[in-house]
Amino acid sequence: MADILFHIFAFMVIGSSFAVVYNHNAVNSALAFLVGLIGVSGLFVLLDSFLLAVLLILVYVGAVVALFLFIIMLLDMQGGERKPFSKATAAAALVGSALLAVCVMTLIRSFGGLNAAEAGSVVPVGANLKHYADLLFTSYLLPVQVVGFLLLIAMLGVIVLSKKFEGLEDVK
Amino acid sequence: MSVGLTEYLIVASLMFAIGFAGVLIRKNTLVIYMCLELMLVASTIAFVAFSRFNGTMEGNVFVFFILTVAAAEVAVGLAIIVALFRRRQTVQVEELNALKN
Repeated sequence: MADILFHIFAFMVIGSSFAVVYNHNAVNSALAFLVGLIGVSGLFVLLDSFLLAVLLILVYVGAVVALFLFIIMLLDMQGGERKPFSKATAAAALVGSALLAVCVMTLIRSFGGLNAAEAGSVVPVGANLKHYADLLFTSYLLPVQVVGFLLLIAMLGVIVLSKKFEGLEDVK
Repeated sequence: MSVGLTEYLIVASLMFAIGFAGVLIRKNTLVIYMCLELMLVASTIAFVAFSRFNGTMEGNVFVFFILTVAAAEVAVGLAIIVALFRRRQTVQVEELNALKN
């Protein structure tokens, strides 16, 4: 059962990633990205990491994709009149990403011992919410504070960036 | 249970490679940004899979931080794209050539 679900979710993730890259319309890309995120969330559930699955849906689908759709609506881009990418860049990107995939897969194959780790024998520590709290409030307390400060700075940065600057000349 | 760490890593690397190809070939800044997010999510799959199959907690906590930073990053990046559009009236990368020559 878990194997069938893994294959369904993996197909969902890969197919919608292709759709994000291939779609001419930016709105379609955003919606394909949403489907892919749901697939990734399903993979997280299969990996017994339930908190991260819920957080991925909340943060990415609820905030990031919604923000993308708002910006697409706000900018009102006209699409479809030009080709989204040229042949030469497409060939270069295909070669580059194929090389990247081959490198990563060779790296995976070279680890002989990784296949031996069976899921049944390893305790799923990520399933327990108490472990997150234990780590986040003891050994990772400083990173939590830093990330909170980062969110504050990001909020201030967005406010400054979206202000209108009257005195600046257009750099052309 | 035949699905092991390798299958998850293959899915993650394929997703990363597709996102990488998208960053290289697309010309719309928003879609490029979306592909960047795709690469980030692919790395989180690898983190969670390693964490699950090694029985450790650190990968999960790291993904927690990645999600937080990604939210902040998207907010700032989209604000930059909107500011760029206000100034130049375009989001196509080939027309944003102020640094060329």
